[in-house]
Amino acid sequence: MTAEAVVEATGLTKSFGDTRVLAGVDLAVQRGTIQALLGPNGAGKTTTVRILATLLRPDGGTARVAGHDVLRAPHLVRRSIGLTGQYAAVDELLTGMENMTLIGRLHHLGRAGARRRAAELLERFGLAEAAHRRVRTYSGGMRRRLDLAATLIAEPPVIFLDEPTTGLDPRSRQSLWEIVTELAAGGVTILLTTQYLEEADRLADRITLLDEGTVIAEGTAERLKREVGREHVELFFAAAADFARASAELGARVVRRDEPRRALTLPTDGSADEVRRILDHMAARGLAVARVALHRPTLDDVFLALTGRKKGKAA
Amino acid sequence: MPTATVPARPPYRAAPYRPAPARAVAECLVMAGRSLRHITRNPENLILAVVLPVMIMLLSVYILGGAMNVGRRYVDYVVPGIMLLCAGYGAALTAPVIAADVRDGIVDRFRSLPVFPSAVLVGHVTASVARNLLSTAMVIAVALLAGFRPAAGPGAWLAALALLVLYITAVSWTALGLGLLARSVEAASGFGFVFLFLPYVSSGFVPPETMPTVLRVIAEHQPITPITDTLRALFLGGSPGGDAALAVAWCAGLLAAGYGTGTLAFRRRSR
Repeated sequence: MTAEAVVEATGLTKSFGDTRVLAGVDLAVQRGTIQALLGPNGAGKTTTVRILATLLRPDGGTARVAGHDVLRAPHLVRRSIGLTGQYAAVDELLTGMENMTLIGRLHHLGRAGARRRAAELLERFGLAEAAHRRVRTYSGGMRRRLDLAATLIAEPPVIFLDEPTTGLDPRSRQSLWEIVTELAAGGVTILLTTQYLEEADRLADRITLLDEGTVIAEGTAERLKREVGREHVELFFAAAADFARASAELGARVVRRDEPRRALTLPTDGSADEVRRILDHMAARGLAVARVALHRPTLDDVFLALTGRKKGKAA
Repeated sequence: MPTATVPARPPYRAAPYRPAPARAVAECLVMAGRSLRHITRNPENLILAVVLPVMIMLLSVYILGGAMNVGRRYVDYVVPGIMLLCAGYGAALTAPVIAADVRDGIVDRFRSLPVFPSAVLVGHVTASVARNLLSTAMVIAVALLAGFRPAAGPGAWLAALALLVLYITAVSWTALGLGLLARSVEAASGFGFVFLFLPYVSSGFVPPETMPTVLRVIAEHQPITPITDTLRALFLGGSPGGDAALAVAWCAGLLAAGYGTGTLAFRRRSR
């Protein structure tokens, strides 16, 4: 872990009763980057974030956020963080503006300062028109945006987003993604949890894969995908006879034979050269390839491979 | 990823946060503003604060009052009991209010802010005192219409008001403590019934001497009785004597227990 890590955790453990939720989690988030904590339900994502946000005491391990220990100086940690939880923590009885100024004034921005900053953020998040309506009348997406806006009111350098897009419709998700990307571009350090691989792939500079309270992989999306395997090329044949002959011709190189679709899948390094060689080889034998498709491993593949491998070992 | 070196349970606890008093006060005021705004936005509790006193007063004075023989006009006897019933029940509603804050994740948000931890709780207590003083004003207004003729001078009125504020504050803090320990908003609202019925097993509505032994013992050893007796003495121009000290002691005890439980549970409790 380098000196640049703004969020760092070592060996975090936490149990609720007999249930071990975290079994020694290590984490380091570099300044100004987006890191995704990716894992299925119950992997320990929320527990990790809650410990880092000073809401929960770990049973063991240490964590520092913005240079302060979460156990020794929670108050100093709280000055540097913003937390947007899994459930939009906004006051339904107040208006959007009142919610914003409430948080702003708790940050001692002053009445006028809080109002100015609130108006700015409401405008930026497309909530200006609804600013004076009670939050009870807001849609799910609007609540989530308001929650994030309230988190940003004091411009915290570190932001925790716990499943920020769970339950949102695609458009709200898209707009939240844009906001998050903009924030990181502005130098904010972001740790977000998600169970959507697409979200982690799209937003995060680095991904930490969490399963059953343990980090099972860590790295960039590209690295994780490479770890799982190569790219594949799929050859589609128009004629059943060509399909059968090609299948025999390529023999052991075929990793998947899809009879109904008349498709053969071969591993490749993804280079144009290799694909051309395969196609030339087919053409030389008079086998008509109708169509090709290139498949790069998705994070889904990574996730399934890693969790499957781990479970296989345990069994 | 290797996780061979897992440090033992951290032995240390955070040094308590001591904010500058001015900052803490400002934070409490902001939170009080939020809770006061809730009063007008949450009409159920407001209506209850106004309607309950009227209902109980009519019930006691006009339906039961005719059969009561307490040695003086029943309306003069029963007003302190009704005040405590309404204020106590109203203050107990703070329990479901804070439980809803926990449920909605707002407590998590406040706990992650660099704010004096008790500010949220102080805000709720402030609103509770305001709401229940309104309820008390309703009791007095209806009582005066029903023939209540207190003999209290300004000093006695102030003393009675101070005791009521202390009682409301104490019950509100107790409600916060229990509301934070409750597992659901529904469970937390059950607490209100204690304060709806406790006044009946006290000197509030009938003299305890007329009760069966078990109930009399309860009535003579629970907080509502000395508080009622103190208020009654103040309103009727008598001297509360030792009841006043006992009343204040009960309130102080409830307040301390509620404050302790509330602030401790708040630090732990989250969604």
